[in-house]
Amino acid sequence: MLQGGLRGALNQSVLEASGPQAAKVEKLWWFAFTTAAIVYVLTMAALWWATRRARRRELRGELLDDAYAEPRMTRGVTWATAATLVILLLFLGADLLVGRTLSPIPKKQPLTIELTGHQWWWEVQYADTSPHGRFTTANEIHIPVGEPVLFVLEATDVIHSFWVPNLAGKKDLIPGYTQSVWFQADTAGVYRGQCAEFCGLQHAKMALQVVAEPRTKYEEWATKQRRPAENASDPTASRGREVFLTGTCAMCHAIEGTSAGSHAGPDLTHLASRRTIAAGTLPNTRGALAGWIVDPQRIKPGTRMPPNYLKPQDLDALLTYLQSLK
Amino acid sequence: MSDRTTSVDYVPTSEPYDAELAELERTYEPHANPFWAWVTSVDHKSIGKRYIITCFVFFILAGLNAGVMRLQLARPENHIVGPDRYNQLFTVHGTAMMFLFAVPVMTAFATYLVPLMVGTKEVAYPRLNAFGYWTFLIGGVFLFAGLYTNTGPDAGWFAYTPLSGPEYSPGKRVDIWAQVVTFTEIAALVAAVEMIVTILKMRAPGMSLNRIPLYVWSILVVSFMIVFAMPSVAIASTAMLAMDRLVATHFFNRAEGGDPLLWQHLYWFFGHPEVYIMFIPGLGFVSQIVETFTQRRVFGYPVMVLSLFVTGFVAFGLWVHHMFATPIPQLGRTLFTAASVLIAVPSGIQIFCWIATIWAGRPRYATPMLFALGFIAVFTIGGLTGVMIASVPFDLQVHDTYFVVAHFHYVILGGVVFPLFGACYYWFPKITGRMLSETLGKWHFWLFFVGVNVTFFPMHLLGLDGMPRRVYTYLPEMGWGNLNLIATMGAVTIVASVAVFLVNVAKSSVAGVVAGDDPWGASGLEWATSSPPPAWNFHPLPVVTSRAPLWEEGGEMPVATGLATDRREVLITTALDAVPDNRHEHPGESHWPLVMAIAVGVTFIGAVWNPWAYVVGFVISAVAFAGWGWPRGTKPEDQVTTGRLPSAEAR
Amino acid sequence: MSTTTRRTSARRHRVIGASAFVLLSLVSACDREQRRFRENPPSTSPSNVRVSALQPGTMVDTTHVAGPYDNNAWAQSEGQRLFGWYNCAGCHANGGGGMGPPLMDDQWIYGSSPENIYNTIVQGRPNGMPSFAGKIPTPQVWMLVAYVRSLSALNTTGARSSRTDHMMMYPGSSSLQDPAKPQQSFRPPASEMP
Repeated sequence: MLQGGLRGALNQSVLEASGPQAAKVEKLWWFAFTTAAIVYVLTMAALWWATRRARRRELRGELLDDAYAEPRMTRGVTWATAATLVILLLFLGADLLVGRTLSPIPKKQPLTIELTGHQWWWEVQYADTSPHGRFTTANEIHIPVGEPVLFVLEATDVIHSFWVPNLAGKKDLIPGYTQSVWFQADTAGVYRGQCAEFCGLQHAKMALQVVAEPRTKYEEWATKQRRPAENASDPTASRGREVFLTGTCAMCHAIEGTSAGSHAGPDLTHLASRRTIAAGTLPNTRGALAGWIVDPQRIKPGTRMPPNYLKPQDLDALLTYLQSLK
Repeated sequence: MSDRTTSVDYVPTSEPYDAELAELERTYEPHANPFWAWVTSVDHKSIGKRYIITCFVFFILAGLNAGVMRLQLARPENHIVGPDRYNQLFTVHGTAMMFLFAVPVMTAFATYLVPLMVGTKEVAYPRLNAFGYWTFLIGGVFLFAGLYTNTGPDAGWFAYTPLSGPEYSPGKRVDIWAQVVTFTEIAALVAAVEMIVTILKMRAPGMSLNRIPLYVWSILVVSFMIVFAMPSVAIASTAMLAMDRLVATHFFNRAEGGDPLLWQHLYWFFGHPEVYIMFIPGLGFVSQIVETFTQRRVFGYPVMVLSLFVTGFVAFGLWVHHMFATPIPQLGRTLFTAASVLIAVPSGIQIFCWIATIWAGRPRYATPMLFALGFIAVFTIGGLTGVMIASVPFDLQVHDTYFVVAHFHYVILGGVVFPLFGACYYWFPKITGRMLSETLGKWHFWLFFVGVNVTFFPMHLLGLDGMPRRVYTYLPEMGWGNLNLIATMGAVTIVASVAVFLVNVAKSSVAGVVAGDDPWGASGLEWATSSPPPAWNFHPLPVVTSRAPLWEEGGEMPVATGLATDRREVLITTALDAVPDNRHEHPGESHWPLVMAIAVGVTFIGAVWNPWAYVVGFVISAVAFAGWGWPRGTKPEDQVTTGRLPSAEAR
Repeated sequence: MSTTTRRTSARRHRVIGASAFVLLSLVSACDREQRRFRENPPSTSPSNVRVSALQPGTMVDTTHVAGPYDNNAWAQSEGQRLFGWYNCAGCHANGGGGMGPPLMDDQWIYGSSPENIYNTIVQGRPNGMPSFAGKIPTPQVWMLVAYVRSLSALNTTGARSSRTDHMMMYPGSSSLQDPAKPQQSFRPPASEMP
């Protein structure tokens, strides 16, 4: 279904499950769809037959006779109702079974990620038993393949919803509440998710990516993320760092290892390690980054980031610096 | 067996009634100035007609919103409208369709039809009826005035807090939304009260409960649902949200002890019954149409009535299925899943009974019947997807995606709009005296049927493919472009079908075939009077002795005489068996309902800007109340006393 | 009969009334509700802005620049958000003052007109007000100007939001605050600007 011509490069489909939860829901869907299709076809067939039978009777000149019709109608409606009830109860049972299997968290101390929803980006904090094991990133989440991961969900402003269809169902991020959801990726890959609760002007462009990779690769990534930004080596990057710290950027963005510590906007310490920018809206390339920095309102009208009309040399240096933040 | 297609010539032409009819004409004579007569009219038919037309105007405006939305979504990264305008468009589309079209058009039809179908002259409270319409009109105009001045609400038709709260929705947009809800809920409550009292206390003599037409039962059920559901949204939106935004209360502010989830509970406690309030009258329409166009009574009358009640009742136990992604305990979710699944049973029973009726009857496929069959085909799909999303795990995948958009458009277009169009074709002859064109009707039906399926079926696939709702655009790489384009082409087809309908209505109003009293050979009391009915509906009153009065009597219909003709007098009967009990003089034309509606308008529109509007509005309302309720100076000999009952005699 | 004529003339009246209403509405587009995402209001700081009411010789009228967002609800709500983001609340609390002077009262050391507040933010002031030139983009400074003015009810009521979704700040930037009666407070000795 939907393969080939109708499909683009990105895969955000409920029917392409890559985790145990999404897989169970996909099975439930096919059961429900098949049953519903059969019920629908039967109902339409009954309707068609009723119209045809009435017409045939009229052509044959039979009189309408309630003594003939009433008991048959009673039987028909009773059986149809009973069948409906049985099918519905079956479906209810299947649903409850699936629901039960999806709730418990299988592992005792799973990797825990604290996700905070902002208008219109995702703040991702990896929890750790020791404080210096924690690190912060934005919009891109890496998880080890085959292991359950626990997400703790909060929101700072309005209600958002965390949804990665390939892996699991959604859960709302509600200001003032903390919800948890766990899921697991069974195959390595990049899974796209999107905010699924209307949250304002840029709800449409509030996506995230979940990258599932083997444990060792995940550990490498996490170790790199824990390190502060390296000191800029070449002069252009140094100049870019200056531009960042002395201009408007540092008012909202943090880069660990520099004096920029504001958490109003996404953390940029390892910006260059991410596949996308602007919450999944643009690929993380030099050109896209330039366009985004200079005029984010053109790409995401209403977003919180203001335009920054930098001088060309400053912009060039800034881009070099940002692209060095691996 | 008698041939049921002969219309019963009920309006008496024999001598004894001529003088009375002439006197009735004088009693019901409208004001000399036509505009003033129209403004002060309290005739349920006049109000019903303008109400229906107003609802269709809002339907078209909201549909145009949807047209722009579909154009924007036809291609990825389209630039027809930006996010701000798009958010206003979809919010007003939803708000107008739900609050200004779907429910009011059903109450409007009921306002027109129910007194005719129960065999009485007028609704229970004619001036209140007029007030309900004016209030509704003011609210609807207010909403669209907001949209066209860039002040249209933009937080969704469901306006979740905190997004709709004072911090995240600056300006007056959501305040306008909150007060539009006030106007529409007042109008709905007015209609509900009217219908309950009219149906229970003003039926024709002999129309005991088990002889009430199925459509009238559906309206009774819906009226009770309105009474229980509307206060919830009144509290949530008119009181709490408006106050949070205007005077800094904290109902939905978690930091000060409020709760954003409170909004969701209150809203959906209303919102779920709301969709059944729209849908159940549609079931009533289909029953009437199937009965007439198969020429037999609908099979299983008691079961049909019981299904209506069970649906209406269980509808109040489903609301949390809109909130499965929020922190609700597992057991709670399970209960609501079970209820959401089982509510399919009564609707299913109704469909089986209709199929049985068609099987045993002699179906004729005029346009109304086509729409009834189209209803079964389209609504069943929506009902089945509804059962699917009752399941929590599945819902957590497709909630807030286009799958749900597909589901509810199938149930609403299938369950509300198809029967509504069928009702339009069915009762247009009664309302205007002319038939709608069958040729254009068939074009309308097929374009609409194809359009609905082409627009909304692909949305199931889009939802399963991960496309969320309420998005103003999407990335090209997602691969959603082709299905969206198909959906847009379907939307164009729907526009064409509605255009055909409007042309049909326009042409037929002036040049359609003249219809007699009973062009379809139907069985209900409304077909026992002229098309269009006179201002007093029936004189003398019909007496009912069976469920299908015009079929059973075969041309001889008992009547009840004795109501006064020099004033507007209606007969009050008992609730269970419709035994004549009393008589009541109804008011004539009055301008007070309009004044009162303006007072209400000043109050709630002013309250968007300043709470002092409540005080000013209260004073104006008090004046209007006084004028409305001022004693009419009825002479002692004309006042009602118990014990004087009109005589019932066979003609 | 007369029913048709009555219906037609009533319908005509309705059509005329409805069209007039729609046309009027379209003409009066609302400044309060506009969302001006990509605007760039005056990017140079206003010159000739006086911070003292004293002038030698004959008084010259001071030209006031109207704040571009003084009637705009969206911009004032953005200003409210930025007030927290840029930590203005760190010194000014939520308008009540702390290390910095209160912003909700009628005492303005360096002037309450939009260009004065703009300069205060951008240039900084002695005794602790930082200079945000080059740190906060110009449109955002104007948003903050509009918000700060709304704290003491100097802007129209329709554009102000009643509260935030955080803990109550009392007295808050209530949309019902009376412009004629702002908060009174202790007057610092050097304050002379109106």
